Amino acid sequence: MTGVYAWLLLMPATILLAAFTHYPTIATFVQSLFSNKTVFRPSRFVGLDNYRAIFDDPVFFKVMQNTLLFALGTVPLSIILALLMAIWVNKHIPGRGFVRLAYFTPTILPMIAVANIWLFFYTPDIGLLDQLSALFGGQGHNWLGDSRTVLGCLMVMTIWKEAGFFMIFYLAALQTHPPELEEAARLEGASRITFFWRVTFPLLMPTTLFVFINALLNSFKLVDHLFILTKGGPDNASNLLLYYIYENAFSFFDTANAATLTVVLLALLATLAILQFTILDKRIHYR
Amino acid sequence: MKKQFGYSEALAAWLLAIIWIAPLLYAFWAAFHPDEFAVRFDLFAPLTLSQFKVAWQQAPFLRYYLNTFILVSMILAGQLLLCTLAAYAFARFEFRGREVMFALVLVQLMIVPEVLIVQNYSTLASFNLIDTITGIGLPYMASAFGIFLLRQSFKTIPRELEEAARMEGCGVLGVLWRVYVPCARPTYLAYALVSVSYHWNNFLWPLVVTNSVETRPLTVGLAIFGAPESGVDWSVISAGTLLAVAPLLLAFFLFQRQFVQSFLHAGIK
Repeated sequence: MTGVYAWLLLMPATILLAAFTHYPTIATFVQSLFSNKTVFRPSRFVGLDNYRAIFDDPVFFKVMQNTLLFALGTVPLSIILALLMAIWVNKHIPGRGFVRLAYFTPTILPMIAVANIWLFFYTPDIGLLDQLSALFGGQGHNWLGDSRTVLGCLMVMTIWKEAGFFMIFYLAALQTHPPELEEAARLEGASRITFFWRVTFPLLMPTTLFVFINALLNSFKLVDHLFILTKGGPDNASNLLLYYIYENAFSFFDTANAATLTVVLLALLATLAILQFTILDKRIHYR
Repeated sequence: MKKQFGYSEALAAWLLAIIWIAPLLYAFWAAFHPDEFAVRFDLFAPLTLSQFKVAWQQAPFLRYYLNTFILVSMILAGQLLLCTLAAYAFARFEFRGREVMFALVLVQLMIVPEVLIVQNYSTLASFNLIDTITGIGLPYMASAFGIFLLRQSFKTIPRELEEAARMEGCGVLGVLWRVYVPCARPTYLAYALVSVSYHWNNFLWPLVVTNSVETRPLTVGLAIFGAPESGVDWSVISAGTLLAVAPLLLAFFLFQRQFVQSFLHAGIK
């Protein structure tokens, strides 16, 4: 009898989850094995042809490289900054309220608004960055138009946006550390640096791993800023996987390609999720 | 006690805070001063609201506010209802396949709806929900994160409370409504704040689904407004950007403590 109640309670959520998570995941796999439907020819089974096609596509490799660079360039730096922020905000420094507010505020802004603000920093000649460099005799530079600097610019902006969010996880962890630890260390004459490396940092290791994997997962979904800043350009120098999927599906109307690329993204996400479960399972209990 | 935090460290913390808030302060500067002061930082530059007026006239902000407000409330209402029911089933009922079902729910933590834009778009199309606010909201209503968070919170509630309510004659839903929901109030508040700020700021999926002023949320409206093709000048874009973020930012400044606490609460899980 309780079983019936349980299933009734679960039903509404299950239907929506099946419709928008499980079904589309499977359907994407299936679709990646079929060709596009055209006016002349219906969609037909093509096996792994779509996969062969993306592996022959130089843009795909460029996009994958950008995606990994973007993830590995933003995540570790954001995490280090987040840890620093959390340790500072967790202490009784004067004006702590303001400092915490300042660190956390970018988190509350939409990526689109952030991109609008930063667009002006990067604008050639009249933008803030070029104005600053002109003070030191620098030349104007097209930051977002140069394939060597564009990804770096996007990374700096993303680190600014995300660090405050990761700080929250560290703050949560730091608040569970008993204050006696630090008092004991002080009595023993340990410096703050020693205390950090010997006590705080090891205690925060599980948090760091958790944040690291989740930040990587999250970084694959961060593409909103591309719509404002670069549209993936110049010459795909800042194109990221999810944005490329969007382009394939809604600009090039190449559904088969979009589905195949989505499978690649799903594989990336699944790998990270499995890592999370195997590494972190000992600490985070899902029951 | 003072020794534990040196002045140099406090100074560094402050320096980083100032760097961190500077881009936002700059947006305020550009929005409230005439165009020619966009890069000239003159303390005596005259203040003006004219950019806000121009921005307000160039895009239907009132409509976008309304759309975002409807969207965010609809998603939150759906999430609270569906997640409460599902979390209750997972937390307090024994049934066959519970572990498997829960694992299937958790899949959504990793595969969020925006990853599946291609398929979800055609699903919406087959239900005739393209370009509707319901269409934007539907994939988010059964939130794995919400189910997970509420389940954790329900599990900490002592069974004795439930038994007492049953003695008073409460049924399955009565117990949920009278015992579990009131006891989990802090979790509900935390989840609501996280959900509202997420969906207020969400962009990619709403962009895919909408194609008219009547359904577009603020973020999508702002993206169109700020596009270089639209030929709007810099100060006006700043003003428009501030208009779009103002309600959430104001709420955040007013209830800073609750926001940070909520994100903390949701972050610990």
